[in-house]
Amino acid sequence: MIRLRLGAGLLGGIALAALLAPAVAAFLGHDADLPDLFNRFAPPSLAHPLGTDDLGRDMLLRLLYGARVSLTVGLAVALAATGLGTALGLLAAWRGGWVDAVLMRLADGLLSLPALPLLVVLAAVDPARLGLPRGEASTDILRITVILTLFGWVGVARLARAAALSELAKDYVAAARVCGASEARLMWRHILPNISGPIVVAATLAVAGAILSESTLSFLGLGIAPPAASWGNMLSNAQELVFSAPLGAVWPGLAILLTVAGCSLLADGLRRRG
Amino acid sequence: MPRMIALRLLQMLVMLVLLSAVIWLLIGLMPGDPADLAIAADPRLGPEDAARLRALHGLDRPLSERYLAWASAVLGGQFGYSRLFSQPVTALLWPALWSSLALLGLALGLSAGIGIGLGVLAAARPRFAPGVDALAVLAQSTPSFWLGMLLIILFAVTLGWLPAGGAEGWTSLVLPVATLVVVNLAAYARHAASAMQEVLALPYVTTARAKGLSGATVLWRHAFPNAALPLLTVAALDAGSLVSGALVTETIFARPGMGKLIYDAIMGNDYNLALLALLLAAAVTMLATLAADMAQRWLDPRLSS
Repeated sequence: MIRLRLGAGLLGGIALAALLAPAVAAFLGHDADLPDLFNRFAPPSLAHPLGTDDLGRDMLLRLLYGARVSLTVGLAVALAATGLGTALGLLAAWRGGWVDAVLMRLADGLLSLPALPLLVVLAAVDPARLGLPRGEASTDILRITVILTLFGWVGVARLARAAALSELAKDYVAAARVCGASEARLMWRHILPNISGPIVVAATLAVAGAILSESTLSFLGLGIAPPAASWGNMLSNAQELVFSAPLGAVWPGLAILLTVAGCSLLADGLRRRG
Repeated sequence: MPRMIALRLLQMLVMLVLLSAVIWLLIGLMPGDPADLAIAADPRLGPEDAARLRALHGLDRPLSERYLAWASAVLGGQFGYSRLFSQPVTALLWPALWSSLALLGLALGLSAGIGIGLGVLAAARPRFAPGVDALAVLAQSTPSFWLGMLLIILFAVTLGWLPAGGAEGWTSLVLPVATLVVVNLAAYARHAASAMQEVLALPYVTTARAKGLSGATVLWRHAFPNAALPLLTVAALDAGSLVSGALVTETIFARPGMGKLIYDAIMGNDYNLALLALLLAAAVTMLATLAADMAQRWLDPRLSS
């Protein structure tokens, strides 16, 4: 119960901060992406509660706008991966045979590969060659979401398949079939609600995984491109300034840590509750 | 068992062939080709020189044709050269692989050891359980690249005790290994704790205690071997994440190895090196997973039947 509350509280606070970003920007009177070269490395003050970075941009504002990026990517990936994973897991469990074999071999294969090096390859693909605009923050978010979903569905699919297999063996399934329920209705109205518990837990963990992966890719220079703020690219910027402004490295990392910990606590709490 | 190993090795081979084709295609979609780079590097070269260069090196042929040419060369034992480092690819891959294996082996051993120790402590002494639990959540949520940066700031910049990177002597190993250990130990701690809690509640443990055996004997000689089996599954699933961890830590600590080699090759448009390094990393990961699976089956014959 403590976990559930702590996790929900942490995530709620961060989501609220992300929502309030424009209000804070209006209140402080700065722009998160606009350099102010007369105010580089300003110490914390009333005008800049967390100080400024190497281009004179307000750290607090960048942190808040970074929260929007991280939460958007996290939720979008979790939604897409959970949807795709659940659908494929249900399909594998229901259809069996070669469909099941092909899907599960694919899942095993993806799980046995080193994910990050392949994510780096995928993220290095030039969006312009696929007909997408390059360097826009919204394109970056979409690109990262698609890439992370390609790897994210696997865990959910295995979980959904295992849960659906054990449900399909139960008597109520046979009873529903005898009553003339169509297979689609059976899966949608009977099986899905009964396996939703573990899937919700997996989706919560997927948010945490996606936020960690997004920040890692942005840190490596392959995720959200500056000047748009993301926690990962803020840290990548801070790494170059480790000797001159070491404190700039603290806040974005702490933000990632708290968000990911919030997700794990929430997932743990949900799992224990049932 | 031998038949199963052969089947798994065959699967691995199919995966590697598929992977090489997919990565080849993705690399074709990356910005800039060698001719573009040559033009950018030398102002005397014009567009017609670029076209001649492309024709000379076969870059004007379709992607599939180039892939087949590459694949037949590799199957014939010709691994080619790295453009970025101007060296044969094999001369770069082997030292990098050994350097990474040393880093990862050390990190794996320490994180499994410390993680299992913490997990067993949480199971055997319940009053430590909340502390271990909190530590595991914290360790699991820490982004490895951030932890690495903090360690550099604290131990290299502020205190000056340890080098911030490189590969000189054992001191350069301390910070990268510490980073990987913290990030990886959480999974071992959690699984060890839950497996030990389960086993300690079984009747045979009560019997062992009733016979008057010491607490340590019951814990490590009787309970732990049975709880250790699921931990091998964690180790098997962890092989991939270890390689991912190597990419991050080697990049941050500027330590030569497979992870940094892959990252540098992709960022530097060194296609041949990137592709072969990725395939080697994937092959090693899959072999490690297979080895952990085999160890599990060997220790628990029930899994094979």
